[in-house]
Amino acid sequence: MTDDKDVLRDVWFGRIPTCFTLYQDEITEREAEPYYLLLPRISYLTLVTDKVKKHFQKVMRQEEINEIWFEYEGTPLKWHYPIGLLFDLHASNTALPWNITVHFKNFPEKDLLHCHSKDVIEAHFMACIKEADALKHKSQVINEMQKKDHKQLWMGLQNDKFEQFWAINRKLMEYPPEDNGFRYIPFRIYQATTERPFIQKLFRPIASGGQLHTLGDLLKDVCPSAITPEGVSYLGFSRTFPAAQPCGVAFDCSSHAPSVPA
Amino acid sequence: MAMSSSLLWAVDIFGRVYTLSTVGQHWELCKDTQLEFKRVSAVKQCCWGIACDHQVYTYVFSGDVPIRYQEETYENQRWNPVGGFCEKLLPSDRWQWSDVSGLKHQQLDSFTLPSPHWEWESDWYVDENIGGEPTEKGGWTYAIDFPSTYTKDKKWNSCVRRRRWIRYRRYKSRDIWAKIVSRDDPDQLPDPFNDISIGGWEITDEPLGRLSVWAVSLQGRVWYRENVCHHNPEGSMWSLITTPGEVVQISCGPYDLLWATLWEGQAIVREGIDRNNPQGISWSIVESPSSENGIMHVSVGVDVVWCVTKDRKVWFRRGVNSHNPCGTSWIEMVGDMMMVNVGLNNQVWGIGCDDRAIYFRQGVTPSELSGKTWKAIVCGRESDRSQTGSSTSLLSAGCFFTDDIQNQTNAVIPGDADTSSDTDLPSIPTYLANTPPMGAAASGSGSSAGNQTAEICANLTVDPLDSDQGEANVASTGNKKSHLESLKSTNPNPSAELQWTNIDLKEAQKHPVLSVSTFAETSSLSSLGMFSVGTEEQYGADEHPLWAWVSGGGCLVDLHSPLKWFTVSSGLSSSVQSLSLSITPAQTAAWRKQIFQQLSERTKRELENFRHYEQAVEQSVWVKTGMLQWWRNWKPHKWMDVRVALEQFTGSDGMRDSILFVYYMYHEEKKYIHVFLNEVTIIVDVLNEAKHSFALYTPERTKQRWPIRLAATTEQEMNDWLSLLNMSCCESRRIQGPPSHHAIWSVTCKGDIFVSEPSPELEAGPHLMPCDQMFWRQVGGHLRLIECNNQGIVWGIGYDHTAWVYTGGYGGGFIQGLASSADNIYTQSDVKCVYIYENQRWNPVTGYSSRGLPTDRYMWSDASGLQECTKVNTKPPSPQWTWVSDWYIDFSTSGGTDREGWQYAADFPASYHGHKTMKDFVRRRRWARKCKIVTSGPWLEVPPVTLWDISIIPSSDAVDEESVALWAISDKGDVLCRLGVTQQNPAGTSWLHVGTDQPFISISIGAFYQVWAVARDGSAFYRGSVSPKKPAGDCWYHIPSPQKQKLKQVSVGRTSVFVLDKNGNLWYRQGITPSYPQGSTWDYVSNNIRKMSVGPLDQVWVIADKVQGSHSLSCGTVCHRTGVQPMEPKGLSWDYGIGGGWEHITVRGNATEASRVAMQDTSEENSAVSKDLEENESKGRAEHSKTPLMVSESQDLDRSAVNC
Repeated sequence: MTDDKDVLRDVWFGRIPTCFTLYQDEITEREAEPYYLLLPRISYLTLVTDKVKKHFQKVMRQEEINEIWFEYEGTPLKWHYPIGLLFDLHASNTALPWNITVHFKNFPEKDLLHCHSKDVIEAHFMACIKEADALKHKSQVINEMQKKDHKQLWMGLQNDKFEQFWAINRKLMEYPPEDNGFRYIPFRIYQATTERPFIQKLFRPIASGGQLHTLGDLLKDVCPSAITPEGVSYLGFSRTFPAAQPCGVAFDCSSHAPSVPA
Repeated sequence: MAMSSSLLWAVDIFGRVYTLSTVGQHWELCKDTQLEFKRVSAVKQCCWGIACDHQVYTYVFSGDVPIRYQEETYENQRWNPVGGFCEKLLPSDRWQWSDVSGLKHQQLDSFTLPSPHWEWESDWYVDENIGGEPTEKGGWTYAIDFPSTYTKDKKWNSCVRRRRWIRYRRYKSRDIWAKIVSRDDPDQLPDPFNDISIGGWEITDEPLGRLSVWAVSLQGRVWYRENVCHHNPEGSMWSLITTPGEVVQISCGPYDLLWATLWEGQAIVREGIDRNNPQGISWSIVESPSSENGIMHVSVGVDVVWCVTKDRKVWFRRGVNSHNPCGTSWIEMVGDMMMVNVGLNNQVWGIGCDDRAIYFRQGVTPSELSGKTWKAIVCGRESDRSQTGSSTSLLSAGCFFTDDIQNQTNAVIPGDADTSSDTDLPSIPTYLANTPPMGAAASGSGSSAGNQTAEICANLTVDPLDSDQGEANVASTGNKKSHLESLKSTNPNPSAELQWTNIDLKEAQKHPVLSVSTFAETSSLSSLGMFSVGTEEQYGADEHPLWAWVSGGGCLVDLHSPLKWFTVSSGLSSSVQSLSLSITPAQTAAWRKQIFQQLSERTKRELENFRHYEQAVEQSVWVKTGMLQWWRNWKPHKWMDVRVALEQFTGSDGMRDSILFVYYMYHEEKKYIHVFLNEVTIIVDVLNEAKHSFALYTPERTKQRWPIRLAATTEQEMNDWLSLLNMSCCESRRIQGPPSHHAIWSVTCKGDIFVSEPSPELEAGPHLMPCDQMFWRQVGGHLRLIECNNQGIVWGIGYDHTAWVYTGGYGGGFIQGLASSADNIYTQSDVKCVYIYENQRWNPVTGYSSRGLPTDRYMWSDASGLQECTKVNTKPPSPQWTWVSDWYIDFSTSGGTDREGWQYAADFPASYHGHKTMKDFVRRRRWARKCKIVTSGPWLEVPPVTLWDISIIPSSDAVDEESVALWAISDKGDVLCRLGVTQQNPAGTSWLHVGTDQPFISISIGAFYQVWAVARDGSAFYRGSVSPKKPAGDCWYHIPSPQKQKLKQVSVGRTSVFVLDKNGNLWYRQGITPSYPQGSTWDYVSNNIRKMSVGPLDQVWVIADKVQGSHSLSCGTVCHRTGVQPMEPKGLSWDYGIGGGWEHITVRGNATEASRVAMQDTSEENSAVSKDLEENESKGRAEHSKTPLMVSESQDLDRSAVNC
């Protein structure tokens, strides 16, 4: 019997085996070995790559080291997207491990945000959480939390502590039973295009007639092109299930989307 | 499994009575449709109404427990030297047949049934039980002379004897409208009735089920119905209550509020209603809010009054309470209403003036009694849809041939006082309700018999209004429609000309008169049926019903009941709609499974070949820290601020473990104590008004009776800690998911529920596990008592006597999120009383007064007198509880009270009695106030019978399909047997009543269907011949109590029978054999016992009254009888477990014997682990200092603190 906890755990402990290689044009003192790592799907690249950074810095001269950034097959990887999302968006069809190229030079200012410290990631993460709660509870839950709760959420993510994270996050995922659901479902549908990276709309979990909306309804509404006669074309969320990240594709699938289109 | 629901009653403008369930979405036609009604007034258990014949009827719901009344009379005899005892008495003696006092002549044949609604249960028989003791055959008791004290033994000087004869009568007219038959003097008979209102059941708890029934006659006189109560649902007679004017309408609240309206437009308010005088004393007059428009309708609740003036404006009365029933002023509310009705919880319904729809007042709360807005109830009628679905029709057609109809036929009892009534045609109305489904089924069946019936139906259709009678033979729907349209066109829009009085029934009378008179002559079943089909169609989906009256007196709506009354089905069939509105558990489960599978596949795909890769984030310890208060362990004991940290680490075996540190200052030195969570046996929150505190026990601390007590500043903070610590405990012991079938359940005095998984060594084996090592985890909910068996069937009873069945979930309450199952957790509520005492001392000047001696207790105190408890400063037990009533005098205190609730004694503290004597200088009375908790847990209500005790058979070999014997005692003392209980349906289907001659208080069923019970008089009974085939057995055998002790509890295991008496002594029944199941004698086992549970291994567990630990004393402690062997069923000594504060335990699930079960349990591992950790502990901090977060601080280990 699967239980919520099992699902949440599986989501949380989703890992992508990754092979980091240094970009060929980077100047090194000796040859840089590739570095292999299991990346948590729900985390951020710059949050979990300290080891990668250390590994490659060992073979480089100090003056050659600028801000680290990552690229996959020519596409700079946005650190502010969850890792699972990046993988599903750009690399889901490739063989594992996922080959990521590491750069220390020529930061692509146009494509990426700078990430000078983990505070930046934390700020981004908390902004996402707050945005999601604004949609879910008019920000009531997040505003009622104390600073230490916010910290616990962040520390839970940073240290990959499932219980620590969910002890707080469950409060963000609850709603009064009489409400039948959140005010709006926080979601984003990401696309691999640059002109409109994601679709986001206000979407209520319950129709005006009282029926629960399904995932299919949502897609029909916000992204009709995704629905083909056979079902839903690939969108990535079939992989990143109710991620802990409310800013990602965050459905509490068990309680809000009673049926997936075939 | 039925959810708790209640009904809103309403009458449409045609006089048809409908009910709407709080969990339903459709109005259902009242089962008994023979009459049209003008008015109804409902409470939970019944409804009273005035039919169009202006007679009063009562509709008592059927239930599994019969309404029965015991008649008794005494047979008296005197001894004479010639014939011995004989019927010849002395002239000065009482009658040969008399009442108990001997003053009233009562022969057996002088007893008659009070009304046609009663029947005799059996013939007269002799009662052979006197004061809890069985008498000789014949039931005679002897005395020297009348009147005297009687003994069961015949002595040399016994000159007279008597015996008691009893006979039961049973109320049979349930689920139908029973006419209130007047046996009064015809001159005194009230004239035809015009309005009725019932309530007043809360004026006092005792006697149970008492009801105030008030009626207004057409001449404007007010009548009060005497003696209406549970076992006398009709009452006995009408009493005239004089009024200052002609009354047109009356309203009676659940408590002491009673208002009526006068013809002139004022309201009158009854004053002086109380327990001793439910009729009240006098009237006060309240003027109408507007001078031009008088009051035309008034309705009252607990402490609210609403009225409607003649211009249809709605008003709310301010300032109404029990001290001032008249209130202070009127406030005008929005909306134009025909009438308003205040129901339970002060909720309000109204009938709109223009649309005749029923409106519900939303937002009525204790803090906002006038509510927020009117919201229209838009439910359709059940009959609207039942005609569309053929399956439903077939179903009901099937019912037609069951006893259903039999009941109704039998049940129609014409009133004998009124012969003019046109409703006294039993056969006709009976079929009315059943005909349409039959017709539908028959035509749908296609069988020749069915077709025949259909033809007959069609041929019999004679519609007096239809000009084209010939075509009526073809029962086509089009025809019916056209007929109905014509009917409709002859009736102008009813609301246009309707007046506020009963003129609105003018329309209705056309229908019923036609239907009854015309069709009665033809005696046609079907014509009535067709007719009713037609009328339903008249109001299709788009045309809502027009209502004339609504009563919410039995309808319980509170914040926690989501109503589905306000959305229309919008053409969807009901089944589809219910699907779309709520996802079934099965769907959710299937869904989860699918998601889980997909995730597992993903994990496999992405991770399987790469497990050797390094993790990006290393596992590290995380700590929850916080500031709490700690009940320090040196004297003087008090709360001190401490810093608390929980550290969690994953061992090399992948097992998680946690340590809780408490850092404190001792003489300006930093010190700490710590506890390994895998050693914690229970975390229990502690009842404390001022603090949110909880206690942690380990086996050692259980022995000491001295837990680690911690307190948080807010409830939320405490719950966070409780939840986290509980989760960590369960994790370190690898306990997950719902309790097993063998689980031991217990309940604390706070109503908290704990469950423990028994290890096989608990009951047998070379190394018996001490019961202080048992690990208890909490399950959500609030219960007074819990009982289970070894098939996972678990029932509980709340403090409010509500029965609950376990759903198979876990968690709930504060245990939320991950440690709680997602399914099977429901809202649960419970109500209990808080008591305080008012104490007074007598002085020669003023008599009793609240001026006591300086040495006296507080004039307002708790039961002990040590704590001052005033009405104002007494708070609910914890912040989870809220008051739901005001303070009221409790008359049910043991020892009895006088009319004002006082109990007298010579001095404090002493034994109190209910009447004043010369020697009494002090008195006290008990005040009660109800409070309510709303929580959640894996429990579903089993309505409607409220219970006192339960017992479920422990079965030695579990056969899945077989139904499980479950016996119970209702809170009125009825013995009940639950039918249809299986593992799949643990709630069962219905109760079977088992007759007894007196109320019972305890019941238990053993593994071989041995049913033992204890009666309220303290005597024991054995039920003979109970078996799966004969679930209720045949008769009771009276078993004499041990040494004249009054018994209070019985528990039967596999073969052992134990009873507990009211003085806390435990007794074992000796001499039980298969051929002599009653046994022979009682053997004394132990004293100091509060409650006990004997399990399927004949193991004996109790709640001991007092247990002394090394540091402290605990009251209410779980204890296990050791040394219980087949040859030594009484055992040898006690082993002490968790406590104090425990109220109840059941071990009836635990049939796990060490020899039979492999060592799959983890307890051995656990004890091994804990041993390791003990060693670690002795090695000091070294082992744990690898955890990075505790290196810098508290280097000084307080050894004594750690060791304690």
